[in-house]
Amino acid sequence: MTDTNMDGPATPQRKNSLMAPDARTKQRNAAEARFKAYGIIAILIGVFFLVVLAASILRNGLPAFTQTVVELEFTLTEEQYNDAESKVLKTAAYKEFLVTAFRENLSERGVEVPFDESAIDRIVGQAGNTLRTYFRANEDQLGQPVTFSLGASSRVDGYFKGRVTREDLSNSRFLNAEDLDIVDVLADVGIMKQQFNWTFVTGKDAGVDNPGGAGIGASVIGSFFMMLVVLMLALPIGVAASIYLEEFAPKNRWTDLIEVNISNLAAVPSIVFGILGLAVFIQLAGLPQSAPLVGGLVLTLMTLPTIIISTRASLKAVPPSIRSAALGVGASKMQSVFHHVLPLAMPGILTGTIIGLAQALGETAPLLLIGMVGFVAREYPDGIVSGFTDANSAMPAQIYTWAARADQAFYEKAWGGIIVLLVFLLAMNVLAIILRRRFERRW
Amino acid sequence: MPLSWIVLTVLAIAAAGYVLGRGRALQSAGGDSRKLHSLPSYYGTNVAMKVIVPSLLILLVWLLVQPIVVSRAVVANVPENVVASGSSMGLFMSDVRRVADGLDAAVAQGSLTRKEAFDIRTEFTNVTQRINEAGVALGSAVTPETLRAAQEFRTLNRIGSIAMSVVVALAALGGIAFGLRESVAGFRARNVVEGGVRLLLIGAASIAILTTVGIVLSLIFNTIEFFRIYPAADFFLSLTWQPSFGGGSSLGIWPLLWGTLYISLIALAVAVPIGLFAAIYLSEYASKPVRAIAKPALEILAGIPTIVYGLFALLTVGPILMVVFGDDGVGWMRSATSVMTAGLVMGIMLIPFVSSLSDDIINSVPQAMRDGSYGLGATKSETIRQVILPAALPGIVGAILLAASRAIGETMIVVLGAGAAARLSLNPFEAMTTITAKIVSQLTGDSDFNSPEALVAFALGMTLFVITLGLNVFALYIVRKYREQYE
Repeated sequence: MTDTNMDGPATPQRKNSLMAPDARTKQRNAAEARFKAYGIIAILIGVFFLVVLAASILRNGLPAFTQTVVELEFTLTEEQYNDAESKVLKTAAYKEFLVTAFRENLSERGVEVPFDESAIDRIVGQAGNTLRTYFRANEDQLGQPVTFSLGASSRVDGYFKGRVTREDLSNSRFLNAEDLDIVDVLADVGIMKQQFNWTFVTGKDAGVDNPGGAGIGASVIGSFFMMLVVLMLALPIGVAASIYLEEFAPKNRWTDLIEVNISNLAAVPSIVFGILGLAVFIQLAGLPQSAPLVGGLVLTLMTLPTIIISTRASLKAVPPSIRSAALGVGASKMQSVFHHVLPLAMPGILTGTIIGLAQALGETAPLLLIGMVGFVAREYPDGIVSGFTDANSAMPAQIYTWAARADQAFYEKAWGGIIVLLVFLLAMNVLAIILRRRFERRW
Repeated sequence: MPLSWIVLTVLAIAAAGYVLGRGRALQSAGGDSRKLHSLPSYYGTNVAMKVIVPSLLILLVWLLVQPIVVSRAVVANVPENVVASGSSMGLFMSDVRRVADGLDAAVAQGSLTRKEAFDIRTEFTNVTQRINEAGVALGSAVTPETLRAAQEFRTLNRIGSIAMSVVVALAALGGIAFGLRESVAGFRARNVVEGGVRLLLIGAASIAILTTVGIVLSLIFNTIEFFRIYPAADFFLSLTWQPSFGGGSSLGIWPLLWGTLYISLIALAVAVPIGLFAAIYLSEYASKPVRAIAKPALEILAGIPTIVYGLFALLTVGPILMVVFGDDGVGWMRSATSVMTAGLVMGIMLIPFVSSLSDDIINSVPQAMRDGSYGLGATKSETIRQVILPAALPGIVGAILLAASRAIGETMIVVLGAGAAARLSLNPFEAMTTITAKIVSQLTGDSDFNSPEALVAFALGMTLFVITLGLNVFALYIVRKYREQYE
């Protein structure tokens, strides 16, 4: 650098000020802004999907937790009871009593609506049977006023929840516009009302033609037993495998083979595990079909890689000084691991296990293959052993069965089931976070 | 003796062994535990281990082998002509098993005595009716041969389980005797116990291998079975998928493969740009608070069960697409289930998968490369596009391949969202079906397990397994290769 050069003709002349960006800078800055905007848009799209998903779950699922009922005080005299029991069409006789009770109830409240028996059938379904079953079981209630909560038919229920509109009913033989007039009147005088749907929370799958009686309770129990199996098998096996791989395994081919297998199993599609369960546990070993025990075994194999990976991470997080100290005071290698390293890694292991369990809880496809479909969840298990071995469903499989049914009234149940499932998942994840916050040590 | 009692007996013997072994070792050291080689509890554990391990192993093997041996023996005694034409030994044996179950149930309920169950003959008693009364439904009337075979089946099983109880109990007693003899002061109990525990750990770790072997074997055997009754060439080359349960199905894989790939392609077209840009923004631009909120929010999407996405596709996304592309709109779409519905929703599911993997990879690009680029005057976006992305490319390709394998193996979204029709079409608004969806429908249907319509599911599963495994291995290979560059 010399002075001559500085003054020379080669010195470039700035065309404009540094303060005013030139076209190329503007272009580059615009590209920069655009690029950043793409990123923001991508995140917003992701969050938007999340919001839409949550909104549609809540909007469609919450109605499943309410139910429309007809509340009616009803007195059956012993005479009427004997009379009805002596007839050929017993439930029809009960229905007549019900219709009379309806009429009286309405006129007491000073409302006149014309209706006939078939309208009652369409509004509250086969109520005669409910009455008969009740009075046959409780003969001492004869002659006393009993308050019945009769579930309204699924279409009336849909009318209250906005699923069924008057326009939809123009050519339906299940419910017509006049019925809805009656329904409106009943709702006005307070005979018909909405209440919390305990049937949905505690009930069982009631078959294809009974969406009103469908509940998720039995399959929650099925899921619970399955998770017990997974917990009892996957936790000890996963921890043992991780301890071996992390603390003892020599570098050899066998170890490499195990490592490769674990990472591959983590990526095998879940349905392939279902095929394995069908072929090995049911066909070869002859375990009962649709049993939570088999479901639990399949899910154990599926979640093992997840648990092993997280357990190894928490074992790795325990500093080597702990091991050296234990060995230094004379512990054997095994003692140093089981007495010192493992307890320190336990919170991390439990967190990983809970997250693995949550994953298993939501898994559906393998369960369908081993027969744990929704319609087998007809009964609560009688005891602990039958809880493991009797045919049952699990929450996600029950949801799938409802979603696949033709009657749209089941869709509401499916969404409601998803809320129940997500509540469980949320609870497990919160538990995992609390465990991590409270007990995890930073070294 | 029921199984649970056998196990409980073994455990009780083991507990006794623990106490006795510990006591004997202490006694041999004159009550001074310092003279023992190991802590006293190791001597007890050693005895318990020697009781439990061999006896439970025998039990397990016995339980696996006995059914095979018993049905062999029964089959060997069945006259050739019993099996009707068009039927098979397998079907005959399943009848036999059901009748045997029925007899068991009848005995359990007390409607038959134990002796009667062994002696009744179809000629004198209506066995079918009695079994049906016991709550076991039989397809057809019990033939004399079936009943005879069922009775033999029960006898052999009974002998088998008695023998099993005896052998297991002997093994347990032998274990305790052997273990107790060892329990003296000089014995290195700790080393033996630790060796045993170590074997246990190795066994637990090897379950991963066993699982893989189980998957491969169950797929291969049933696939071979399938190709024995259905020509492999038709499966791999035919362009139609038309299972008919009366026989004469056409089971070509191409329509399913096409549906699978098409849906995965759409899913990736949704997930890759969104996931990648989200990852870039989160790792390069986002401030700490934004990152702290946006990253978990995206990851929630990964924690949602696929059944939820399936329902979302069927009941929310499908109807919305119908409004736009259906008959009231553009008119391309006939039903709410379509390739587009499933692909879109699957794309949403894969966003967090792509973004968190890419995030890790972008973060592992050394800071020096960024600084170098900034030093040359590049803007942030230029640095990302021209330095970071090329450096991270192999890893990102690996992430995308992993996402693709997820998409190909995904089941619930396509079962609910994609429809059931197998067709080769280019219109993304038409219903198509996938390999996974057909595995579910073929195996949950009513078809007989040995028919080609059910067995084809295993061939489909094999295809799926091979494809996803190939993608995973390839992806891991790429990722690993990339990692070596910066370490």
